[in-house]
Amino acid sequence: MHNKSIAELSQGLASGDFSSIELTRAYLERIETHNAGLNALISVTAEEAMAAAQLADQTRQAGNAGPLTGVPLVYKDIFCTDGVKTSCGSKILDNFIAPYDATVVAKCKTAGMPMLGKANMDEFAMGSSNETSFYGPVKNPWDTETVPGGSSGGSAALVAARLTPIATGTDTGGSIRQPAALCGITGLKPTYGRVSRYGMVAFASSLDQAGPMARSAEDAAWLLNVMAGFDEHDSTSVEREVPDYTAHLNTDLQGLKIGLPKEYFGEGLDAEVGRVVDAAIRQYQQMGAELMEISLPNSHLSVPTYYVVAPAECSSNLSRFDGVRFGYRCEDPQDLEDLYKRSRGEGFGAEVKRRIMIGTYALSAGYYDAYYLKAQQLRQLISDDFKRAFEKVDVIMGPTAPDVAFKLGAKASDPVSMYLSDIYTIATNLAGLPGMSIPAGFVAGNKGDMPVGLQIIGNYFDESRLLNVAHQFQLSTNWHQRVPEGFE
Amino acid sequence: MSLGKEDIEKIAHLARLGINDADVPGYVRNLSDILDLVEQMSAVETSGVTPMAHPLDARQRLRADEVTEINQREQLQANAPQVEAGLFLVPQVIE
Repeated sequence: MHNKSIAELSQGLASGDFSSIELTRAYLERIETHNAGLNALISVTAEEAMAAAQLADQTRQAGNAGPLTGVPLVYKDIFCTDGVKTSCGSKILDNFIAPYDATVVAKCKTAGMPMLGKANMDEFAMGSSNETSFYGPVKNPWDTETVPGGSSGGSAALVAARLTPIATGTDTGGSIRQPAALCGITGLKPTYGRVSRYGMVAFASSLDQAGPMARSAEDAAWLLNVMAGFDEHDSTSVEREVPDYTAHLNTDLQGLKIGLPKEYFGEGLDAEVGRVVDAAIRQYQQMGAELMEISLPNSHLSVPTYYVVAPAECSSNLSRFDGVRFGYRCEDPQDLEDLYKRSRGEGFGAEVKRRIMIGTYALSAGYYDAYYLKAQQLRQLISDDFKRAFEKVDVIMGPTAPDVAFKLGAKASDPVSMYLSDIYTIATNLAGLPGMSIPAGFVAGNKGDMPVGLQIIGNYFDESRLLNVAHQFQLSTNWHQRVPEGFE
Repeated sequence: MSLGKEDIEKIAHLARLGINDADVPGYVRNLSDILDLVEQMSAVETSGVTPMAHPLDARQRLRADEVTEINQREQLQANAPQVEAGLFLVPQVIE
């Protein structure tokens, strides 16, 4: 049952081959057996899952089932889930029981999808390796001595290890795509505003976007159909019709124009990863696509720009964690200032503190123009590069990450080297564009083969095309069907 | 751009973030490294470039000023460390 696609699960439930109760129980059993070695879940919500599965089966018997009714999923622990702990990977929210559902969660509930649990993640989504989580690092199922990427590392590891059919993630600078690449799964970051951010713990509000993390583009399309849409609770969500993302999966790619930014294939890219990505791109050429070299001349400014914008917004967003209204409070505060400082000092981990301090510095009196304003100007230049590129090409392709999964601890003490893990993904967030990562092949690692991701970037609201382009590749390759050893 | 011990202490205070003395040298080093990375921005001439406020040039949405939420005080305060009579409790502020 755990190797079936979303479409196969939907079909099996519809034809009565198995019930949602049976399916959900099978996944909970797999989690029970395999999660301890991966540490990919912060909470397992077995009771909620079984109750929702029962409800889904009843809905189906009553003739009211939709395509995903009864298909279980996992949420990254950044999504508020009514009555269930929502920690965001942080000690400061370790005791937080969300009093409402995020819009994404409410939509999945309405679609009849039982929640198996809440996935581990980097604290407040700040990290590229899942090592900043208060709950300990997630292990990559392809080699448990390596990281799964981050920040949606728990979601990626669970999908790769077949412990959930599908999961949600969020992506502020690459947090869906980079772990998808490192774990060999398919992840999609939609256009900014496509999916509601309501009830998603905010990190950098002008960059955060939720999306599906799946085994294939087709599976991702099914979940995006549920997740996407305008929400009056999110003032930045976009009022625009949601297409059926499964409708154009089968369009052929004859004449598709693929832009290859020369900046994404230069220094810093691991040679073997580069070879795998090149081979994937040649495959597209064989499928009828035209390749075109393009330039994104300001792309080298993405990481510096991001490390002003994201920390600045985080320092503002995370000011709400003050030990007064919810979350962790220190013991015996002497006065209000002591309460704030110790609750935050004891509640936040080192990376979150670094980013709050960088953001506070960048926004402090006298520095605003030199940092935040400058960064917003560069963001415009980075965005203009893409606008020019999309006048000539349909999609842009390149590597998702410069390397395969690295060893646990390898970059933990050097924040800047960790930040460079997102060198190819950050520009997409700065511009607000949709981007995907799909399995492109493997390179030899220490223990066995390690997955490589191909990144596909699209124009605004072109998610249907991204999914089509990804699906066509997956029809002619089987990289996405490989399962890590021990999880078959 | 390198920061000193006093800079870190001042920033931490502005952010109301308690940090241990033992951790200050680490923050001095890490934050200076991050600011060095960020410093690459200053090499680019940006006068006349309009700062990007939103990727899609969206306008602020407005709605009628009507009550749309019901009172959920008890439910929302269930997560608070300390409440009394519907109020959040903090250490005494005014003598």
